[in-house]
Amino acid sequence: MLGIVPASLFFVFLSKIPAVGRGDAFKEVYPWLSDLGIGFSFNLDGLSMFFALLVTGVGALIMIYAGYYMRSYQKTNRFFGYLVFFMAGMLGLVTASDWITLFMFWEFTSISSFMLIGFKHEKTAAREAALQALLITGGGGLALLAGLIMMSLPYHSFSIEAVINDPQPFLQSSLFVPATILILIGAFTKSAIFPFHFWLPGAMQAPSPVSAFLHSATMVKAGIYLLARLHPVMESQELWIYTLSVFGVVTMFVGAWFALAQQDLKKILAYTTVSALGTMVLLIGTSTAYSVTAALVFLLVHAFYKATLFMMAGNIEKITGTRDMNQLGQLNRFMPVATVISLLALLSMSGIPPMIGFIGKELMYEAKLNAPAAGNFILLTGFLANAFTVFVSLRFAYGVFWGKKQDFKKQPHEPDVSLLVGPAVLVFISLLLGIFPNQIAGLLGSAFQSVLPGETLIKLKLWHGFNEILLLSFLTVLLGVVMFVYRKAIIRIVCYLNSNYFNLKLSQRFFTGIDVFLNLTKKKTAVVQHGYHRFYLMTIFIAAALLLILTMPAVDFQFDFDLKFDGLSFFVMLAAIMIIAGSIAVIVAQSRLVALIATGFVGIGITIVFVLYSGVDLAITMVMVETLTVVLGAMVVYHLPKYLNYSGVGSRIRDGIVAVFFGFVMGFLALQTSKPTTLTKISDYFVENSYTKAFGENIVNVILVDFRALDTLGEIVVLALAAIGIVSLLKLNAQKKSSR
Amino acid sequence: MKTEILKIAAAHLKPFLLILSLVVLYRGHNEPGGGFIAGLLAGMAYVIYAGAFGVSKAKQLRLAKPMFFMGFGIGIALFSGMIGLMNGADSIFTGVWTTLTFGDFSLKLGTPLLFDLGVYLTVAGMLVKVIFTVMEEDV
Repeated sequence: MLGIVPASLFFVFLSKIPAVGRGDAFKEVYPWLSDLGIGFSFNLDGLSMFFALLVTGVGALIMIYAGYYMRSYQKTNRFFGYLVFFMAGMLGLVTASDWITLFMFWEFTSISSFMLIGFKHEKTAAREAALQALLITGGGGLALLAGLIMMSLPYHSFSIEAVINDPQPFLQSSLFVPATILILIGAFTKSAIFPFHFWLPGAMQAPSPVSAFLHSATMVKAGIYLLARLHPVMESQELWIYTLSVFGVVTMFVGAWFALAQQDLKKILAYTTVSALGTMVLLIGTSTAYSVTAALVFLLVHAFYKATLFMMAGNIEKITGTRDMNQLGQLNRFMPVATVISLLALLSMSGIPPMIGFIGKELMYEAKLNAPAAGNFILLTGFLANAFTVFVSLRFAYGVFWGKKQDFKKQPHEPDVSLLVGPAVLVFISLLLGIFPNQIAGLLGSAFQSVLPGETLIKLKLWHGFNEILLLSFLTVLLGVVMFVYRKAIIRIVCYLNSNYFNLKLSQRFFTGIDVFLNLTKKKTAVVQHGYHRFYLMTIFIAAALLLILTMPAVDFQFDFDLKFDGLSFFVMLAAIMIIAGSIAVIVAQSRLVALIATGFVGIGITIVFVLYSGVDLAITMVMVETLTVVLGAMVVYHLPKYLNYSGVGSRIRDGIVAVFFGFVMGFLALQTSKPTTLTKISDYFVENSYTKAFGENIVNVILVDFRALDTLGEIVVLALAAIGIVSLLKLNAQKKSSR
Repeated sequence: MKTEILKIAAAHLKPFLLILSLVVLYRGHNEPGGGFIAGLLAGMAYVIYAGAFGVSKAKQLRLAKPMFFMGFGIGIALFSGMIGLMNGADSIFTGVWTTLTFGDFSLKLGTPLLFDLGVYLTVAGMLVKVIFTVMEEDV
């Protein structure tokens, strides 16, 4: 049912295609932090449209799929909440026309990805993978924010259009290089580009709908979106072109290589996703009409077949209870429909006609042949990566649907219809677009204009005639088939190489790094947070007193006071005597309870002073706080041992010095405030405006709930947090007791 | 601690203190009072009750849902800040006032009062939650 929302959004976006194609702009601008040049604004152009359609279209299908798939899980309402949250974040990201808005939605997607990867939070592996993904994409997000701010500095505004329409101020600014590097880190972490790629295979801990949606079709494409969005600004910059090309090629190859020997279906798909993302980065970095066309087509193609395959992998796991290739086989007998759908998706992945994957691959080769620099090297690596993909697809198809006969615990059966609708639709579209590719030329054309203005989209054709590109395609498939024939030897070699030479263990190293960091902070915390309450108090008092002394010259502090004791009323004298007597009693008290009551006595004395000087609000609060303190204190004291060991003379003298010092500073301060001063008082403003602007006569309260309401909100949040903290500490203690 | 006098006093004090706390809350805008004090008062009503009858009894009271009230209070406070925004103000927590009139009796209501209500609920919830937990620990 939830699929209705994204589906209707999809059609809304679809209906806007002609308008966007004409160049009409759909803009929504809400003022946000206008003083800082930040707007909450959106803009729908070709590229945004392309991604928005992808997000809503695939999203609708995934929702249908997930609706059935998640039935066996607990707390699915949470799951769908996160999923919708993600979808909103992703839509916001691709339609934002303000860098800060974009960044905010960028973080939305990171957080929802964290929640979804860790959805099976009882499993340690899921929690670790979620944390890893969050730290990497979140860290990248911070880098991105820094980069975006640096980029926007010369413009005094965070508008995306400002940078794109006039890149020169940014390109010539001294922050160009650091900003570019930081933005690239942001994009690369999000899109799992080497060396940050390792979080993506870990993210396969998420339920299959999530892998299909976030970690293949949409979220990991956010980095690609950012690169495509910025490309018109950067296309002339060598730094940009070379970084994209180098990291793209490496990721493309590394991903394909590690996909070769995987046994887990979802891991295979994850590594081929890494490879595909690398390919897209490379294609954008190549920056020709061919390569950008190829990048857009391939992005679409990949989203279609990868989402399909992830959903099918989920189906297979659901029905057979495993996604290990070694334990699967002969499934074509039990699920013919699923087999056909998967095979078509795998054909698309291998780039075999008539699927649209073929067109994607043809364009890729064409782009690489026409690459301006290092063409041969890129072509060779791309050729190998593609052959590896063919090999992996064959292995997937053969190993799962044919291959050895397996004994399943339960008889496998065809997946439920709603589990097949999504994959079937996606595959059908892949097939249809393979045969009639020009149906999407309009959409791709307007997206193309946003990435590479000034050039035009290459015409999409299934059949290019007999040329070198067709030969390359043929050789790719041939190599893949040959590798498949010798698969046992190849897998053995790859495993050997992986474990002996390419064992990067990036994931483990990442966690080791985190542990080292945590230990460091633990040591630091142990020094600062030593756990002795009396020293905390001492630190606070000394620091406060010293800071006050430091600021004294600024307010023209003078040590001449005109103390007048005559004219004090009898009650004030009484209160003062109460306070002094109470204080002395605290010092000489022989038991904790007496000391406690004596502090209560002091408190009441102060309350009387407040009453006499018309601070009634303070007085009421004070009475209650004092009473509560004494009551609570009494409860605690009840459990403490009696005054067994007095503090020694030395520490008493030390405490006394601190107390007297602090007392004197506060006393001087109090006397100072009573003197006439040249500084303007903020209280005058409140007195003047309290009734006229806020309709309240109780100034203290008006300040609390109106002028300074935000501060008060902060305070009550702190109160609630403190309560939660206290309660959880006490409960923890109780648990320990009962377990003993 | 559990004497009959305290029990009777606590049982009768509770509604009185609660009503008093509401009065204090409302009058806070013009005269001494306000959400913070009122919250403490309301919380006290429950604390005294718990002191007389024990925490387990006090926890069964109808309104003894401190965690809910804390969250709800912060929610109300935040929401009161949004109302101004919805009315087209420039910044969050801009006051909006209306006066309700029933015949001779008129009631001045505004978002700051709503905000104060949030403070009231949060403070009361916090107090009750913490003290109940401490008292439970005691037993």
